[in-house]
Amino acid sequence: MSIVEVGTFLLKGLGTTLATVVAATLLALLLAFLVGILRTTRWKILNAILAIYVEVFRGSSVLVQLFWIYFVFPFFNIQLSAYVTAVLAIGLNYGAYGSEVVRSAIRSVPKTQLEACAALNINGFLRMRRVVLPQAIVVMMPSFGNLQIELIKATSLVSMVTLSDLTYYATVLNNRTMQTTTIYLALLIIYYLVTRPFAFGTKKLEKKLSIWRA
Amino acid sequence: MRQIENPIVVYKQVTKAYGDLNVLKKIDFKIYPGEKVVLIGSSGSGKTTLMRLLMMLEKPTGGEIYVEGERIFPAIHRSEKKKVHQIKNDIGMVFQQFNLFPHMTILENIMEAPVHVKKEPKAQAQAYALELLEKVGLSDKADAYPSQLSGGQTQRVAIARALAMRPKILLFDEPTSALDPELVGEVLKVIKEIAQDGSTTMLLVTHEMKFARDVADRVCFFDKGVIAEQGSPQEIFEHPKTERLKQFLNRFLNTGKDEEYENA
Repeated sequence: MSIVEVGTFLLKGLGTTLATVVAATLLALLLAFLVGILRTTRWKILNAILAIYVEVFRGSSVLVQLFWIYFVFPFFNIQLSAYVTAVLAIGLNYGAYGSEVVRSAIRSVPKTQLEACAALNINGFLRMRRVVLPQAIVVMMPSFGNLQIELIKATSLVSMVTLSDLTYYATVLNNRTMQTTTIYLALLIIYYLVTRPFAFGTKKLEKKLSIWRA
Repeated sequence: MRQIENPIVVYKQVTKAYGDLNVLKKIDFKIYPGEKVVLIGSSGSGKTTLMRLLMMLEKPTGGEIYVEGERIFPAIHRSEKKKVHQIKNDIGMVFQQFNLFPHMTILENIMEAPVHVKKEPKAQAQAYALELLEKVGLSDKADAYPSQLSGGQTQRVAIARALAMRPKILLFDEPTSALDPELVGEVLKVIKEIAQDGSTTMLLVTHEMKFARDVADRVCFFDKGVIAEQGSPQEIFEHPKTERLKQFLNRFLNTGKDEEYENA
């Protein structure tokens, strides 16, 4: 098989990979902002609980988390489909990383900005939404760009819980034809090409959000 | 001094300490409606802290503060806290470091609080914002971002932003200290105009003595956490009584800090 034929075969898994990437990214973003923002508040107990979440998911591997959700949860009568498992594990994992990015970006907004808010009576959620986040998000963007690419690559693990993604089809083809070099070269190129639009998108967004910067 | 009316601000035995450092020592201080009070004194004497307490950027260690007859510190009851929120709308502040919102245009900076805090209709807030921009001489900068302005222009926008809330009390914390010397004059001119045409009560911390003499109804000299001397500009600048004030004024006469203002 030529590399083009191999590539065409592997693309059968592209839909699954993209569907996992998009859903996991949305979940991760939601968690990142929710947890990141809540961890800058003064609610101590909530803070401690969220810190545990971050520690657990940052401190263990995505693969193990996939196995836990897919193979261990059924023993506790929780049965989730392979796709939901993949989205949950990856979303929770990258949400934990992302929440740290959000938290530190919020902290990076100068105290003087908060004083300006106090002087104008801009408080609480209004302050977060109108003043803090718009400035913090510019700080978040480069890290988010990195995490996005990391997340895409992490989806190559989902075949371990029976999803038919790009990597799954590469394994199948490899078992059948043993054209290892060609197959994994094609896979490498495809993953690279998949990350490009996302990388381009985050760069564009970063530029748009930082228009006010000198 | 207009002591016939009730004071708009009252400090009662207010102290502020950071650990062992007593920044304010049992200050009793009143400001009357419409009065322009200038606070002078060397750095660390407590003048900026006194102002920051009124803006509620910091809490006193002891004592009580009243604004418009309502106690803003200590605010213990829920009803008091609600009042405090309302009263905050009546107090505006201009900072040494300007503190404009960098991600908003000049116009957005000025409209932000009136629209989102006071819930003014957008069109009305915008009309007033443009009026204020004209007042500070920056009509052409409405759509610029703060990073595109000079320090002096930035501070004039910050003044317009504070005015947009139609405050009864306006605080200036060393508004020209962070500016290049040649930009000081344009900012002082704007502040002076506000002082002259308004019934706004003003509290100013400044090192510009000539300017202080021009705008102040009363000058308070801070020294080591107490108001060591106060009186009309004439009394303070021409007939200082305490040795500390004489020393302080001498230092300023020799540094020529006021040059730019006089040239403007």
